[in-house]
Amino acid sequence: MSAPQTPHALHFMPSEGFRARSKAVVDNPFLRQSFRGAMDFLMSKRATQFSDPEELESLRSLGEGIRQYNLARLPILLEQLETNLTRNGIKVHWAETPDEANAIILGLCRQHSAKLMVKGKSMVSEEIELNHAAEAAGIDALESDMGEYIVQLAGEKPSHIIMPAIHKTKQEIAQLFADKVEGVDYTDNVDALIQIGRNVLRRKFQEADIGLSGVNFAVAETGTLCLVENEGNGRMCTTAPAVHIAVTGIEKVVEKLEHVPPLLSLLTRSATGQNISTYFNMISGPRRPGEKDGPQEVHLVLLDNGRSQAYADEQLRKTLQCIRCGACMNHCPVYTRIGGHAYGTTYPGPIGKIVSPHMLGLEATAGLVTASSLCGACGEVCPVKIPIPELLIRLREEAFTEPHANPAMRGQGAGYSRLMTSIWKAWAAVYRSPMLYGMATWLGSRFSSLVPSRQGAWTSVRVPLKPAGKRLRDMLRERG
Amino acid sequence: MSARDRILAKLKQKMPPTAPALPDVAAWYASHRQAENTADKLVRFRNCIEFAHAETYSVSRGGWLQKLYEVLSAKQIDKLLVAPATRHGARAQAELPALGIACPAYEQPIEAWKPAMFRETPASFTAARAAIAETGTLILWPDADEPRLMSLVPPVHIVLLDSATLYNTFHEAMSAEGWKDGLPTNSLLISGPSKTADIQQTMAYGAHGPKELIVLMIEENPQ
Repeated sequence: MSAPQTPHALHFMPSEGFRARSKAVVDNPFLRQSFRGAMDFLMSKRATQFSDPEELESLRSLGEGIRQYNLARLPILLEQLETNLTRNGIKVHWAETPDEANAIILGLCRQHSAKLMVKGKSMVSEEIELNHAAEAAGIDALESDMGEYIVQLAGEKPSHIIMPAIHKTKQEIAQLFADKVEGVDYTDNVDALIQIGRNVLRRKFQEADIGLSGVNFAVAETGTLCLVENEGNGRMCTTAPAVHIAVTGIEKVVEKLEHVPPLLSLLTRSATGQNISTYFNMISGPRRPGEKDGPQEVHLVLLDNGRSQAYADEQLRKTLQCIRCGACMNHCPVYTRIGGHAYGTTYPGPIGKIVSPHMLGLEATAGLVTASSLCGACGEVCPVKIPIPELLIRLREEAFTEPHANPAMRGQGAGYSRLMTSIWKAWAAVYRSPMLYGMATWLGSRFSSLVPSRQGAWTSVRVPLKPAGKRLRDMLRERG
Repeated sequence: MSARDRILAKLKQKMPPTAPALPDVAAWYASHRQAENTADKLVRFRNCIEFAHAETYSVSRGGWLQKLYEVLSAKQIDKLLVAPATRHGARAQAELPALGIACPAYEQPIEAWKPAMFRETPASFTAARAAIAETGTLILWPDADEPRLMSLVPPVHIVLLDSATLYNTFHEAMSAEGWKDGLPTNSLLISGPSKTADIQQTMAYGAHGPKELIVLMIEENPQ
């Protein structure tokens, strides 16, 4: 694992190193055990929630219908959301790129002379690498979700979108706290460790000038930001500091408030196997006159970062149906073996493979879409029926076909190789023509001794492939 | 052109000419969730919220104060944050101090007493607006009397719930109360004490919010 070890120096790692990082994890029995154990746990928790297959299927269809309805009206709903949030006193900002989003957030920090920003769990803030930008601007950005707090202390990135510290054992966390938290002795008692985190972070919630959060659903008709969580740190971040900044992707909007209950049910049951999370926090405005707490200002930053590219193509648009439950990674045989860090992207696993190419371009992510056995588990468990395997095949085509004009995606053809394409063309020609096929197999059977014994990745764990000395057709002819 | 206009222009250019039909959420709930009677809803509510580690007690309309006192005594809590502008808060403030439990109120904006709220407030007492049986969920609409942090910062949160306000589902609650026509600045669903499983999938309670959630359920015929 080659994650940089200095806190906040947590940049995206391009997919060139993907194989090496994957191999490092596969060779590490402790990491293998952590991920296998955690994924088995999450899969069985989810299965318990969905004991009635008819209910599950009809709810998934409803979830898919809701997401597709809302995406089909996305620009109209974004305008409606902006109008109603503004009416409620929430200021709306728009950012096309991560740099623009960071500039908006840090600009608000400067405006309030902020020194400390406490953060609730937000994958979009990871996507824009806000912590890094904040550090460069001299602002302390502190993660307050327990898992995020742990990985930040360790100078790492989350390895799972729902359970960020899933790659760590409690002994590692115990050592980390003993080393990094002042006045703490080694303990691997989980309750004691959580108490340590609670005490440190409660002081920070009181001191913080800014609270930052993500958004799970943004409701256009009421102008409401909804947040799902168990710990209460999200409520702390959005209630205790004087300013709350929420940051989210443009795809998270739903038109109707009544779209929320089915999506919330799908989200928590798919993610952690809970029938509901401990807290569901609906924010429809800053503190009003007479109220005694809540932020004086609430801001929403809407981020594009490649989402409009996915939107432009009818098939790729389905990527945006995602409600970020993480069930696809929990059920993925590849994710379970290599964990979240190997991907190098903010979003790992199947959803990461289909969403990251829009954010980072296929130049940087072409290798990721090949890391799938296309077993279909991700598509089967997706609560909003994103056809992830189909999208993986589509992205492979986009990445590996010859570059052409007006591509649907940035970096189209980035993985194109003339040699590889010629080989497959020749292969196809041979298999289409009985005469060519006969010639090729005849040559193969005569000259099989010339076939090299080292055949790249194949022979790293297998015996070399050699054509048989006699062809099937020759054997059949001999039998008469 | 601003970032806003560029994003919207890109989306509008590619927006499908027709949207699929508006999904019928109400029909799904009608065919997949039963409408139960109050007794059954109570059982379901109680099972779910206790599974999430909350404590529940059945109380009568007149007798909840006695139970509140017993709970506080058992936990050796001698200070309770209350909202005297509410009926239940006024009653607690009128009767508990004589029994040795101080009942301060949330009088000032939080800026004036943040350290005391975080360090010297062991418990709070609020009402729930309503509740949801399906998931064992309390609905709270914090306001000027019972502000947002009352249900978050004190390590023990005690909630008074009138079981006549139990809904079957979240969808039923928002539809019956017409939430789409107006929500307060902050509305909350609370389904247990604060918790986390972020360390090796081991559940720990009291991550950042209350470690204990206690529900006093007013029933017409409490057991």
